[in-house]
Amino acid sequence: MLAFQSAEFVQQIVSGLATGSIFASLALALVLIYRSTNVVNFAQGEMAMFTTYVAWALMDRGLSYWPAFVLTLLIAFAGGATLERTIIRPFERKPPLAIVIVTIGLLITFNGAAGWIWGAEVKPFDSPFPNTTWEIGDVAISSQDVGVFCVCIVTVLALWAFFNLTSLGLAMRATAINPTASRLVGVRVGWMLALGWGLAAVLGAVAGMMAAPTVFLDPNMMLVVLIYAFAAAVLGGIDSPVGAVVGGLTLGVVLNLIGRYVEFIGPELRLPTALLILLAVLLIRPQGLFGHAVVRRV
Amino acid sequence: MALLELRDVRARYGAIAALHGVSLTVEQGQVVALLGANGAGKTTTLRAVSGLVRRYGEIRFDSRSLLRCGPESAARRGIAHVPEGRGIFDELSVWDNLRMGAYASISRRELKRESDRVLGYFPWMRDRLRQQSGTLSGGEQQMLALARAMVSRPRLLMLDEPSLGLAPLVVQELFRIVALLNKEEELTVLVVEQNAELALAASDYAYVLEVGHVAVEGTSDELRAHEGVRKSYLGY
Repeated sequence: MLAFQSAEFVQQIVSGLATGSIFASLALALVLIYRSTNVVNFAQGEMAMFTTYVAWALMDRGLSYWPAFVLTLLIAFAGGATLERTIIRPFERKPPLAIVIVTIGLLITFNGAAGWIWGAEVKPFDSPFPNTTWEIGDVAISSQDVGVFCVCIVTVLALWAFFNLTSLGLAMRATAINPTASRLVGVRVGWMLALGWGLAAVLGAVAGMMAAPTVFLDPNMMLVVLIYAFAAAVLGGIDSPVGAVVGGLTLGVVLNLIGRYVEFIGPELRLPTALLILLAVLLIRPQGLFGHAVVRRV
Repeated sequence: MALLELRDVRARYGAIAALHGVSLTVEQGQVVALLGANGAGKTTTLRAVSGLVRRYGEIRFDSRSLLRCGPESAARRGIAHVPEGRGIFDELSVWDNLRMGAYASISRRELKRESDRVLGYFPWMRDRLRQQSGTLSGGEQQMLALARAMVSRPRLLMLDEPSLGLAPLVVQELFRIVALLNKEEELTVLVVEQNAELALAASDYAYVLEVGHVAVEGTSDELRAHEGVRKSYLGY
């Protein structure tokens, strides 16, 4: 009896990590843009949804999964960077509220455009992972969960390597910290911002394509995921990339466990629970788990 | 030979004019000081040179116009501007700050050599390369800003109020290093300073700005003897 329970507990954690890694990817995309422009990109979820449709359209035209996946990431990168250069850039020096309104406008535009181009009916989306489960002792782990987790984590690690091991990544971090000083050492700040949007769009595309096989493809598929991603980003600290990832994984696991073991919550109250966590963090520890008040001396 | 030449340079912030025709010359190898009260246009003059503010008139660096250059290109052409408030990247380590100094103009291979050269002037920094730069003391941050500027092997160093908020001993050390760089590397320096005493002692030539134009200029010795400068800026 006890063995059975602990096996199920482990299964819940594993599948929580899989959904959590999707939250983490999207949360990281939010953090990336927030750090470089101090703006919360409300369109992040819809950008992810739109690129997932692009992946679907590519596969619909006969491309197999992984080529379509890679091509979608490239399209997402170019699209994100172009968006920054053309639509966000004119608002760079405007108050943050103006850019927030613009990103909400983008949210509505992408949502409408996806429905207009591909129709509003729900579409199935292929998963690249076999529909099998692995038995490890009493624990059954679905290869779908493991695959989603691995793809998201590999993306995150690749991004970490880019930011920490390349001088372009260093320049992007420097730009987020002090744009003027960055220009004075020769960094083309405008291009760094475009690069940031491009990378955020790539993360979103990964999140969208990993979520689509389970939530199915429709124009509203990412609305709820975006709210979870917000909760994850706030939980981890909106200015902390590590926080976004830890926050996303934690949220995925906690929500799964609560949904399973706390009787009165169940699946219906998962979203309100996430919002409750978001509120609690904002009240008790507004900087989040990993966001830090920078130590400054003058 | 004139390394930097400004002729009738004007600049404005929105509706407010900050420079009404500033003309000055910085000779190769000189230390030139820019003096004046708050709001006289000292900082704006530096910002006009590096292109952080929209400006009109004539600015020549190494006899080529800088007017079409933004700060990114000015940095690539050999102008290192240490802004007011130092402009270090406080969340990055000391070493990453130095790497950023090398970002535009030198290769990864040269970085090792250039940072070694620069760290020779700041020996204490060698043991602190991994420290987050925001946790350095104010004086150390100013030294780091200077070191970062030097990694790029600039032809012109522009320092904006380096002494601001620092203890007198630290300021002395800072100006000692600037003098050393000027002597050993023939570095040309344009320094903005409120502390006229200090600036005149450290420079070869000086300009006094008043409400956006040059009021007095001369060798630093001449200015020290100038009655108006003495009364207004040196206080005796």
